[in-house]
Order: sequence, then C-alpha cells, then structure tokens
Amino acid sequence: MTVTIDRAAKARRPRRPAEARESDGRLAFWLVIPSIVVLGLVILYPVIASIVRSMFGDGIGESPFVGLQNYANALWGLGAADFWGATGFTYFVAAVTIVLETLIGLAMALVMNRAFKGRGILRASVLVPWAIPTAVAAVLWKWAFDPAGIINALTGSTIVWTGSEIPSTIAIIVADTWKTAPFIALLILAGLQVIPDEVYEAAKIDGAGAWQRFLRITLPLVRPALLVAVLFRMLDALRMYDLPWIFTHGSNGTTTLSILVVQSTLSQLKPGYGGALATLTFVFIFVTAYFFVRVLGVNAVESVGGERKERKR
Amino acid sequence: MSIATRPATGTAPGPTSHESTPRRRRLRWDLPGLYVGLIAIAIFCLAPFYWMVVSSLKAPNEIFDNSLIPRHPTLMNYEAVFGAQNTFVLALRNSLIIAGCVTVVALVFGVIAAYAIARLNFRGKNLVLGLFLATSMFPGVAILTPLFQLFADWGWIDTYQAMIVPDISFSLPLGVWILTSFFRAMPWELEAAARVDGCTRGQAFRRIILPLAVPGVFTTAILVFISAWNEYMIANSMSQTPASQPVTVAIAQFSGISQYDTPYGTQMAAGVVVTIPLIVLVLIFQRRIISGLTAGGVK
Repeated sequence: MTVTIDRAAKARRPRRPAEARESDGRLAFWLVIPSIVVLGLVILYPVIASIVRSMFGDGIGESPFVGLQNYANALWGLGAADFWGATGFTYFVAAVTIVLETLIGLAMALVMNRAFKGRGILRASVLVPWAIPTAVAAVLWKWAFDPAGIINALTGSTIVWTGSEIPSTIAIIVADTWKTAPFIALLILAGLQVIPDEVYEAAKIDGAGAWQRFLRITLPLVRPALLVAVLFRMLDALRMYDLPWIFTHGSNGTTTLSILVVQSTLSQLKPGYGGALATLTFVFIFVTAYFFVRVLGVNAVESVGGERKERKR
Repeated sequence: MSIATRPATGTAPGPTSHESTPRRRRLRWDLPGLYVGLIAIAIFCLAPFYWMVVSSLKAPNEIFDNSLIPRHPTLMNYEAVFGAQNTFVLALRNSLIIAGCVTVVALVFGVIAAYAIARLNFRGKNLVLGLFLATSMFPGVAILTPLFQLFADWGWIDTYQAMIVPDISFSLPLGVWILTSFFRAMPWELEAAARVDGCTRGQAFRRIILPLAVPGVFTTAILVFISAWNEYMIANSMSQTPASQPVTVAIAQFSGISQYDTPYGTQMAAGVVVTIPLIVLVLIFQRRIISGLTAGGVK
C-alpha cells in the first residue's frame, strides 16, 4: 500500500520536466522525420530492392525466383574465383593503406602539433590532397606511373605499372596513401591538441623521457581520435572504386568489390547476381565495422559529444 | 612558478593552458629536425600537385621529358581543355548544378534534423544519430544498381536528378553529422534569453540561432559541396553523354589535342582547372574546414 503511494508521489513530482520532454520529443520527431524519410527513400528502398532482386535470376525475359542461388554462385559457384579475388584484393589494399596512412598521418600530426611560423600555410597544403577529387588524383597518379612517367624516371626503372598485378597494386596503394594520409593527420592532430600540456610537464618532472611520454601519454590519449579516424577510413577503403577503376579498369587482379558489383550489374546486365554481390559487400563491411567497434571499443556517436566539451572551453 | 601549484592547474586546465601550449613546446623540440619534418610534409602533400601543374604547361612533344620545370611553358593544353573536342565547359556546369543542388537539399534537411539532435531532449536520440552514422557506412554500390534500374524505367538516366538523388545518400548524413557537432558548440544561453524576453521557440531559432549558426552551416556547405563535386562512381554509371557528365567523369574519359597523342597534358590541365577552385576554398577557409572535418570525423 505504502509502496504504491510512494510510487504515485514519485510519478507526480517529475511531471513538469516529463511534459517538457514530451513536447520536445514531438517537435524533435517532426524535425528529424524529413531527413529520415529522405534517407529511407534513397537508401533503404534501394537496399531492399537490391536484396529482393538478388533472389531472382538473370535470364532473358521473365526472371525466375532462384532463392539464394546467386549467393551460392558468388560464394562457391561459378563466380567464386572472381568474388574471393575481389574480396582479397579489397581487404589487402584496405589493410595496407590504413596501416601506412595511420603511421604517416601520426608522424605528420606529431610534427604539426609543434608551434612554428607558417602553420596556416602548411595546414592549407595538407588539405590539398584531400580536396583534389579522387578521379583527378587517379588520373594524376596514372600519369606519374606511366612507363615514361616521372616515377620510372626518378627511380631509374622501366616498370609498366598498370601492366601486372603487383605493380598496379603498389601504384594504387601509393596514390591512396598520398590522398588520405594528410586527412588522417588532421584528425589525429585535433586529438593531439586536446591533450593538456600539464600532463607532459608532470611526466617530465617524474623523469619520463621523450619516447616514454609518447608511449605512455600521447598514444593512449590520442587513441579515441585515432580509432575514429581509422574506422571511417576503413569503411571508405572497403568500398574503394574510383582509383582502381580509373587506373586499371579492374584488370590484372585489381578488381575491388565495388567494381565487381558495378561490372556485374551494369556491364554484364546481371542485376540479380549483382544484387547478391552488393548485399555480400554490405554484409562484409558491416561485419568488419562491427568487429572493429566491438574489439577496439570505438564510440563514434560519443565522439561528437566529446568534441563538444573540448570546443566549449 | 613553484612546482607545488602545478598539480592544481593540471587537474583543471583553464582556458589559458591551451594558448600557452605552443610557446612552451617550441623549446623542447630541436628546430632543424622540426623544419626537416615540415618540409617533408609539404613536399609529400604538394609535389604531386606541382607535377600536375608542370605537366599541364608542357606541349605534347615535351611532356615525356620529365623535367621538373617546363622548358617552353605553353597554354596549349588549356586551350584543348576548353576547345571543341572536349565538353569540359559543359562538364563544369553540370558539376556545379549537381553539387549545388545536393548541397542545398542536404543543408535544408540537415539543419532541421541537426537542430533537433543537438538541442532537444528526446528518446532514441543516440539511435537517430547512430542511424545517420550507419547510413554513411553503406557502400554506394548497394544503392547504385537498384536506383539505376529504377531510373532507367523512369527515363532518368543521363539526367541531373539521377545523380542528385543518390548523392543525397552520403551528403545528408555528412551534413547532419557535422552540423550536429557545430550546433552543440553554440552559445545556446542566448536562445534561453530570447525565450525569456518573449520569443517563441521558432522566433528564437530564426532571429538568434540561425544568424549565429551561419559559420557552421557555411562550413558544412563547403564540405558537402566538395564531397558532391568529387563524386565519381555514381556519376560514372548514371551519366551516359556529355549532356549530364560532371567533371570527374569527363576528365577520366578525356581525349587529347589530336587523336594520336596521349591526353595526359590535357588531363592535367583539366585537373588543375577542377582543383584550383577547391584549393582557393581551402586556402581561404582552411581553419573552418579543418574544424568541420575533425568535428564530424567524416570525410
């Protein structure tokens, strides 16, 4: 009996804030819903359409329902060699570029975190690779990697870079690293600048050397910014299309998953099979991101909130 | 300053600690090493762009000499870019229209959604924010092929809207994400003050918040515009003729001055033309662009 009274009393007390929250909620609903509807139309609808289409065959005329046949074809049937080849290439390039870009980006951020004259100019020049359209960067690097181009001239080699698998993979990795490492550097730099100087002072007084300060202070404190940068970079690298497509048109084993999907659907006119490939690509990316977030504990949603605290200072 | 006072400032870093940071750090870093690092960064970032500019100034018979300075600089390639055999001017216009429309749509929807997420308390807020984040995870190919078929049925292939609509799938989440972090950092006490002075929520939003939000919205506009301007995959599939091709597609398919030469010089010139406006934006607004990029953490 007393318990129910208590409950009623408790329920009544926070009533006004609750009411305010309710009206907030209603307003928020009407403000957020247009964006969600728009995204539903341009993302959810096509994704569902693609999944549905992937259950149907690709013959001439009426396409019959084939269930999961398209998926089986991609995973262990006729298309398996192409599919796993593209998967392997995509993941390999993603892994190598992420490691290179993170290391180079970290080094760049550490240098840029020091005070120096001309900081603004250097930061603007760091944005140049990011601002150049990937398609233009691809054309630029294709020219640099031309057999008669500057890379061969500088290194004294005569490699036909787009002619076989390993050279074209290297060229793609170099071009992507150039384009993205500076961007990663800026993200890491933002994380570095939040670290208060006093922490370093204290460590110094305690006798920590430069290397120890880097390992024990810089790395752990910059970790959240670093992980968010790597997560977004990974999502981007796994759907790479522009660079390898302009470079080699996917020849010599440089077909990424995205290229494979577009080729199957639009060039070979197999929308059912292409839909299955698109769904598999999405599942792969999703699972990879999920493991990344789970294992490393990245919280991208909270990172926006974290940024806010830093700005308010 | 005595050491004893240090821990106190250390636990609660005041606003001044940030500004004093660079000056003190300079002393601990050996300057020659620092400048070597800075020059290395500048070369890493700018050398390829420099090569693009240099190559664009070389005539076809000189382009393969790989000299770092053009011996007989010529604007020949630029004439070819704007000449009749390439539809580059049309492509520039197409890119402007497509990226402009995408930016406007993303901002109109993004501003209201971001206002709600940044300002209002409602259940499932993190879910909504997570939803926007998740959509930016989608591989473009997952939406490209079904939309292609739909647009083919509608006769939309090779039209602007066939590129604008799919582009919204990445520009709207990007816009919401960056705007939310900008809006959260704004001085919202002013809104409360306006409410106290008798403004309705809508009035407070329009008269107080919107003007204050202009810098953040503007930065977001730049970032969304650049991402739409740089889009290639969707455009490469949806545009079939020069009538709708944006610059990224046009450059990749360029033909040279004559049928026989490699169009690298022309491509480089076109690349310079496409990149210069972006670099001007970057030079003018670098501070804002960087704060937008790092706030959103999204490309």
